[in-house]
Amino acid sequence: MFENVWLIPLFPLIGFLINGFFGKKIKNEAVIGGIGTLMIFLSFLVSCGVLMQLIGLPAEQRVFEKVVFPWIHCGNFKADMAFLIDPLSAVMIMVVTGVGSLIHLYSIGYMHGEEGFYRFFAYLNLFCMSMLLLVLGSNMLVMFIGWEGVGLCSYLLIGYYFEKKSAGDAAKKAFVMNRVGDFGFLIGLFTLYWWFGSNHNIWTINFVEIKAASHLLPYGGVVTIATLCFFLGATGKSAQLPLYTWLPDAMEGPTPVSALIHAATMVTAGVYMIGRMSFVFIKSPETMMVVAVVGACTAIFAATIGTAQNDIKRVLAYSTVSQLGFMFLAMGVGAFGAGIFHLMTHAFFKACLFLGSGSVIHAMHHALHHGHLHDDAQDMRNMGGLKKYMPITFLTFLVSTIAIAGIPGFSGFFSKDEILWQAFANPYHGGLNIVLWGIGCIAAMFTAFYMFRLVFMTFFGECRINPKVKDHLHESPLVITIPLMVLGFLAVVGGYIGMPKLMGMLPNYFEHWLDPVFELANEYGKEYAHVGHHTHALEWGLMGLSVVIAVIGITIAFTMYMANNKLPEKFTSTFPALHRAVYNKWYMDELYDFLFVNPCKGFGNLLWKGFDVVVVDGIVNGVGKIFMGLSAGIRGLQTGYTHNYALGMTLGAVVIVALYIFR
Amino acid sequence: MSDMIITLMTFSPLVGVLLLFFIPKDSHALLRGVAIATTVVTFLLSLPIMFGFVTNAEFQFKEFYPWIAAGPFQMNYNVGIDGISLWLVILTTFTMPIAVLSTWTAVETKVKEYMIFLLLLEVGMLGAFVALDMFLFYIFWELMLIPMYFIIGIWGGKNRVYATLKFFIYTMAGSLLMLIAIIVLYFKAGAGDFNLLRFYGLNLPLATQIWMFLAFAFAFAIKVPMFPFHTWLPDAHTEAPTAGSVILAAILLKMGTYGYVRFAMPLFPEASEKFTPLIATLAVIGIIYASLVAMVQEDVKKLVAYSSVAHLGFVMLGVFALNQQGVAGGMLQMLNHGISTGALFLIVGFIYERRHTRLITDFGGLSKQMPVFATIFMIVTFSSIGLPGTNGFVGEFLVLIGSFESKLRWYTVVASSGVILSAVYMLWVFQRVMFGELNNPKNKELKDLNAREVAIMVPLLVMIFVMGLYPKPFIDRMAPSIDKMIQITKVKPQVALQAPALPVMPAGMPMGQPAVEGMPAGHPAMPVNK
Repeated sequence: MFENVWLIPLFPLIGFLINGFFGKKIKNEAVIGGIGTLMIFLSFLVSCGVLMQLIGLPAEQRVFEKVVFPWIHCGNFKADMAFLIDPLSAVMIMVVTGVGSLIHLYSIGYMHGEEGFYRFFAYLNLFCMSMLLLVLGSNMLVMFIGWEGVGLCSYLLIGYYFEKKSAGDAAKKAFVMNRVGDFGFLIGLFTLYWWFGSNHNIWTINFVEIKAASHLLPYGGVVTIATLCFFLGATGKSAQLPLYTWLPDAMEGPTPVSALIHAATMVTAGVYMIGRMSFVFIKSPETMMVVAVVGACTAIFAATIGTAQNDIKRVLAYSTVSQLGFMFLAMGVGAFGAGIFHLMTHAFFKACLFLGSGSVIHAMHHALHHGHLHDDAQDMRNMGGLKKYMPITFLTFLVSTIAIAGIPGFSGFFSKDEILWQAFANPYHGGLNIVLWGIGCIAAMFTAFYMFRLVFMTFFGECRINPKVKDHLHESPLVITIPLMVLGFLAVVGGYIGMPKLMGMLPNYFEHWLDPVFELANEYGKEYAHVGHHTHALEWGLMGLSVVIAVIGITIAFTMYMANNKLPEKFTSTFPALHRAVYNKWYMDELYDFLFVNPCKGFGNLLWKGFDVVVVDGIVNGVGKIFMGLSAGIRGLQTGYTHNYALGMTLGAVVIVALYIFR
Repeated sequence: MSDMIITLMTFSPLVGVLLLFFIPKDSHALLRGVAIATTVVTFLLSLPIMFGFVTNAEFQFKEFYPWIAAGPFQMNYNVGIDGISLWLVILTTFTMPIAVLSTWTAVETKVKEYMIFLLLLEVGMLGAFVALDMFLFYIFWELMLIPMYFIIGIWGGKNRVYATLKFFIYTMAGSLLMLIAIIVLYFKAGAGDFNLLRFYGLNLPLATQIWMFLAFAFAFAIKVPMFPFHTWLPDAHTEAPTAGSVILAAILLKMGTYGYVRFAMPLFPEASEKFTPLIATLAVIGIIYASLVAMVQEDVKKLVAYSSVAHLGFVMLGVFALNQQGVAGGMLQMLNHGISTGALFLIVGFIYERRHTRLITDFGGLSKQMPVFATIFMIVTFSSIGLPGTNGFVGEFLVLIGSFESKLRWYTVVASSGVILSAVYMLWVFQRVMFGELNNPKNKELKDLNAREVAIMVPLLVMIFVMGLYPKPFIDRMAPSIDKMIQITKVKPQVALQAPALPVMPAGMPMGQPAVEGMPAGHPAMPVNK
């Protein structure tokens, strides 16, 4: 199977080409959707094969590199189109192709009747290909093709409804903000390449080779610069502070896109990248701290915004930003395995949540359409009581909400609790650890609160949709609910492969699986680790605490949105400024417009109309005018009268003779 | 025949010109047919060169005939192709049929003259790329100017007189200085001819080098164009007819950057090292400045013109990094720019032909009306932005990594931010033209691209992906010549001492001599390495 790893990204590429070129002619939705789904499913099968083969090998042999063809060879620079299989990329391809297949299947139902059906599936396949290149790339440049490729697909899919201005704006914003991150990625790449090359004559961007040479890297210094640049790339792609504002806007895209790209896969690329280069990141204590702090801050910051949004998808978008913050917190405290574990469980429950919200929107849209109403189909204030009409959607949604809220027994609990514990107990940041842990806990409480607020507003209480169309609310068809059920199931059980050792029921398979990838990083970390001793009682205690916190969050949500639903209004009228600020996302977009967008445009105009037209062309035209003026003066001499010329000749002759005489 | 292949190729358009003379000026179809056939033949004639090229540093397919022997002056017809000129020649022969095909319906007046000028232009461009005799080069260099002058001046837009005059005088001013420098160079070299290779090893005193480098650099900087000599370009582009813009962007601008690689740098190594910080500064300013200005343009064509300035800033940065990646990246970027910016001008031409406006605000929502056009425009946009997988990425990346490795590290960091800006201005214009609602009634009748227009774009689209995914053949063939160029140009004291050990040096290169006096080791104006 290893030799055929190139098939994994190839299948979706074929799907893209077929649907992209012929989709318009094929017309038949079943065929188009079938091809798209089949292709990614084939990738899934190959990925399973790869995983099986990898499991069959002893842990230390689980690395395989496959060069497909030489790409850029120039002087001492070499980048091949090559793929790397190891436990980390195996996890990622399983998530991408597995969740990807389900979302493709779901899209057949969800996108039914859309004008650009074929376009949608072509882009979705293209996205999967790019994402697979990203996670399989064995050097930074192949990763970078994927890295920018997913950005492109995100652009295309956010702008899917391109006739809406907001969609076009959101698409552009996403791409440009990602590009800011890409700038960081490139500079990071250059720095590492140049440092290894000029100091050790190792000219490489290959992960395996860098890993082998990573013992040469110093702690801090150049590594800090390089990793901070890479991390800038990660903040762009994974929507962390300060580059997160594109992700909520990205909800302009169709909901399956939000599920696949803006929740389960693409936005986790930054986390994956840090995992892939853990042995570089760990060499900079400063960067690790920055990653942890940015992650923790993003987790709480986005969670607060999530509490005040009324658009169902926007709540989930801020939730995604916040959950990604948890993953970065994990990476930053050196809990690489826990970060990747949360990446996986999050892919399950967040994809389920997004698809569930899609199912709700689908039903709402359908019902409103019947009544020729123009109410907002995504506004939770128009929903309520939907559990009666959509039992499957409700159940799967509830299960995933419990998972994300961190209730024991569900997948999110295992991964989030692992992160919080390691934020507390990991030995890298000294006194900061407890702060990080505290922020994480509060963010977790907010998470439980806003997620249950969403569930209560959407599925419970009385139905606030216009009574005229109530009867048109239906559960979605099987093609939509089957993916929901599968993902809901995974949201429950997906965590058991990574149960904490503490519980002692199952070994932590997941952590062991990733050990070979991260053990070198852990080795390097010992250099500056201050290992403390933590008792099991403490771990149990903190675990209990995090459950209590989740329950508190749920209780507050219950009180405000079920028991006494006058409370929210009371709250907003008591603290109008706070609510306004939170509702308006702390005015971050306005701040960016003020700081970057407007000055850039103004500066461009100034350069053009001020410098180009006035200064440069002023000089150019000025020189021209001088010559024209001169020639106008000289032209006066050419009178055309013979006697004038005769005078000139005489004067000239006199001057010449005079010169000779008086020399 | 095969030992005359360069001559055959270079002058084959003249045959077309002769034929065109005998065709009545009203039979447009025939005129167009002959013109396109001629450019296709020229392209076919260039193929043996591409396939017959042996990957080494030598000039190949060389031809040498004595030409003028007037007193002390000896000029020869001396042509040849190496890895540096190879792809530029191919780019020229490849672009010309596309450019001619784009005039099909765009030019309806004086078709005969138009075609004749296009073909003459091709002779000039090919000649300039293959000339190894400096005097011959100068002749071809000037020869290009005249047809272009007429193409813009006769078939141009409203403000064409101003634009042509500006273009002509700007370029002329530069060329004159270059001519003087060529003559000085000839006398400094002592008895002999104008053979370029003879001048490579001259080891001129630094002061002379500086003056002569400045003369060459000025001529080429105008052509590139580098900031602040760029203002002729937006005017020329906006006024030029589509084919004129395509050729101007795709090929003529490359004359400037080619001039640096072939002449200004290897002829005057110490001077070019001395001026590297200045040129890199101008290149980086050009990237940022042109991007910012491009962002606020209201005319699509002007926007593309400014984006050219930014792209060529990358080329200059890479070339002056003077290492394999930088120069190869710069060379690739020249080709990429030729393909993607040429394609962008064609795209602008398509909508201009339909709507007779290029103002961004006149458009919006065209994607719905013109889906094929939208797809093509999008691919080209992303190629221009430099998305990995397209050609634009490979060149830009190599330029940046090459200059980062060299002492231009900090320039690179600033230049890299150009990748953000290019996304901003290209995506913004794309959004305003293609996305949104189709609310201008005049746009509701727009027809999508026809077969001819698609046929024009297909070769360019293919090249966008071929060069993005498999740039190896391109890089491999240029690599030895670039190595040699770097060797000649990189005169550092320690390199000069080791020089005798280096195998490939042009004959007549005095070796082992210390670098020119007055050249301090590690010039203070340079950012220090490491």
